[in-house]
Amino acid sequence: MKRLATAFAIAILLAFGLQAASAQTLKAVKDRGELLCGANGTLAGFGMPDPQGNWGGFDVDFCRAIAAAIFNDPTKVKFVPLTAANRFTALQSGEIDVLSRNTTWTMSRDTTLGVDFAAVNYYDGQGFMVHKALKVSSALELNDAAVCVQQGTTTELNLADYFRSNHMSLKTVTFATADEAIKAYESGRCDSYTTDSSGLYGERVLLSNPNDTIVLPEIISKEPLSPAVRQGDDAWEDIVRWTHHAMVDAEELGVSKSNLDDQLKSANPEIRRLLGVEGQFGESLGLTNDWVVRIIKAVGNYGESFENTIGQGSPLKIARGLNALWTKGGLQYGLPIR
Amino acid sequence: MADIVQPPQRCAGSIRNLALQATLILLVAGLVAAAVHNAAQNLARANIAHGFGFWNNTAGFDISQTLIDYSSSTSTFGRAFWIGLLNTLLVSGLGIVFATVLGFIIGLARLSRNWLVARLAGGYVQLIRNVPLLLQILFWYNAVLKSLPELRSSIELPFGGYLNNRGLFLPRPEFGPGIDAVLIAFAVGIVAAVVMCVWAHRQRKRAGTQVRIVWPALGAIVGLPLFAFILVRFPLSFHNPNLGRFNVRGGLEILPEFAALLIALSIYTAAFIAEVVRAGVLAVSAGQIEAAQALGLRSRTTLRLVVVPQAMRVIIPPLTGQYLNLTKNSSLAVAIGYPDLVQVFTGSVLNITGQAVEVVAITMAVYLTISLFTSLLMNLYGRSVAIVER
Repeated sequence: MKRLATAFAIAILLAFGLQAASAQTLKAVKDRGELLCGANGTLAGFGMPDPQGNWGGFDVDFCRAIAAAIFNDPTKVKFVPLTAANRFTALQSGEIDVLSRNTTWTMSRDTTLGVDFAAVNYYDGQGFMVHKALKVSSALELNDAAVCVQQGTTTELNLADYFRSNHMSLKTVTFATADEAIKAYESGRCDSYTTDSSGLYGERVLLSNPNDTIVLPEIISKEPLSPAVRQGDDAWEDIVRWTHHAMVDAEELGVSKSNLDDQLKSANPEIRRLLGVEGQFGESLGLTNDWVVRIIKAVGNYGESFENTIGQGSPLKIARGLNALWTKGGLQYGLPIR
Repeated sequence: MADIVQPPQRCAGSIRNLALQATLILLVAGLVAAAVHNAAQNLARANIAHGFGFWNNTAGFDISQTLIDYSSSTSTFGRAFWIGLLNTLLVSGLGIVFATVLGFIIGLARLSRNWLVARLAGGYVQLIRNVPLLLQILFWYNAVLKSLPELRSSIELPFGGYLNNRGLFLPRPEFGPGIDAVLIAFAVGIVAAVVMCVWAHRQRKRAGTQVRIVWPALGAIVGLPLFAFILVRFPLSFHNPNLGRFNVRGGLEILPEFAALLIALSIYTAAFIAEVVRAGVLAVSAGQIEAAQALGLRSRTTLRLVVVPQAMRVIIPPLTGQYLNLTKNSSLAVAIGYPDLVQVFTGSVLNITGQAVEVVAITMAVYLTISLFTSLLMNLYGRSVAIVER
């Protein structure tokens, strides 16, 4: 299986190979001429190729933003589809430069896997989706239900915790990929499917009968989704982190794809620093000073990217909710570029 | 058997050979030690957790089929490993039994003089051998699932069982306090049966008299425990499954994943075993069968007493290989969500702990051990049926 083959490959690499030069990711990306981005491949709205093979989605946009910042060309990205099972081994072994695959930032992953998380670009939580015919309106009514889940995820652990703390018993059916889990849910093998709430909306759109499924209101866990990079390369981590904050700052300051040219002439010192008219912030990252201009031109600001891929301008129609700006009651807070 | 000329035992060459072999062993051991040390250093430098400390950490996830006690809140990763291993051994063991029985039947059927039977068996072998096992597993899983009714329209079986697409639910036997006596009686019955068979065998060798021992032996094995059972006042009750809102609670549960995997593995391996059996039977020289017929033995007796014992010598080595294949193929359970060792250990545990190197190494070592043990047993059996050359 591909997952075991990758794990075996990194075992061989670790055993006999030299330690990969860790602080050189930016240089390696520039030499290669394209960014290797670990993506989902099957999650609508976040990272999936369309029928023509062009990748699109919220996480995909983030990788395109990084590529635009480095190369001024958002198409210089190669997307590597990964399952939940092999995403970390792919990052650890150097197969990808950045993992942008709806991955939850947890302490054990941060400390024991040799990866670092850059910035939370989506505040999510775990939810349930059930067949409408079961007439269930709350997750607390799911005692003894059979729930399909993908293995190797925080979802698996949270599910067991939730049912135990609410004194309900549970039958889990675990699968290696989300596709298999969804198929089992559709065939009636399980009553419910659980994953991050954003994923539920994405998967429901792809069902053969989306109207036969409802998403239950309970959010049973915190799932802060964040892109991940290897530990030990602080310069690369800075680039990934500040790409996110630049996009949020742009939305806070009202800079968007449509008014970019006007904003370049703005007198607002914050906007001038953001767009590189003043200051050497781009160069301090190892990029050019117009790095944010490149990003906005490629994918827009945070709000634009959100709306186009998973918000009201998409089939998923997820509300901003927790992911609204902090000034609008949400949690997205852009760190200052100064 | 041709005489082999043995070289003289003591000569300088043998000491040289020993020295070379010792050097090679040291070299290989040194390479392995260096690789392990290098891997540990690299893991430490990349800040990836290493070592086997994860074994005693709480697992936290649920498993759908557990043959021993398991709780997601208190059981450790080590416990999850044993659960996965038991599930693998269960499906492999049962698969070996069914595949052997089915394989022998199909193999002998292919040699039948009945044209239809022989062609049907041949068709079975050709079809099953040439379709990849993964596709067959998925086929049986979807066929098994799609044909079973939903929970709300479960088929009700006699004695209080239920059959639906969540599984087969049977009344679970629960044993009362007197069950030890029954088990002891069972053991005594087996010992008595073995003693009787040995005595009958020796009678035949010594005095030439044939003692009909089948019924008394069976009587000992079945009758003694039954007698003890009645004596201890029936320590057996059944825990019936209850049809709940979402699921059937209680009772003995047989998952559709387990059934699909078992059926697929048995049918697939039976096709290969059929060919092995056919090869073994064809290897028995025709003169043996003609001699048996000349002696007046019926074809069924010929098969049982003349053909199969001689064919077993040829059948055992490739049959061992098929058993090992079946055990390793059971790891395809990942595709349908059956919690075998690979699915639980290299799936959930590997991804929660992130320690790919240790987990995969342990899994490989376990499969190697199972395979070596199986081939050891088969070799012992093979040696017992081998012809003793004078």
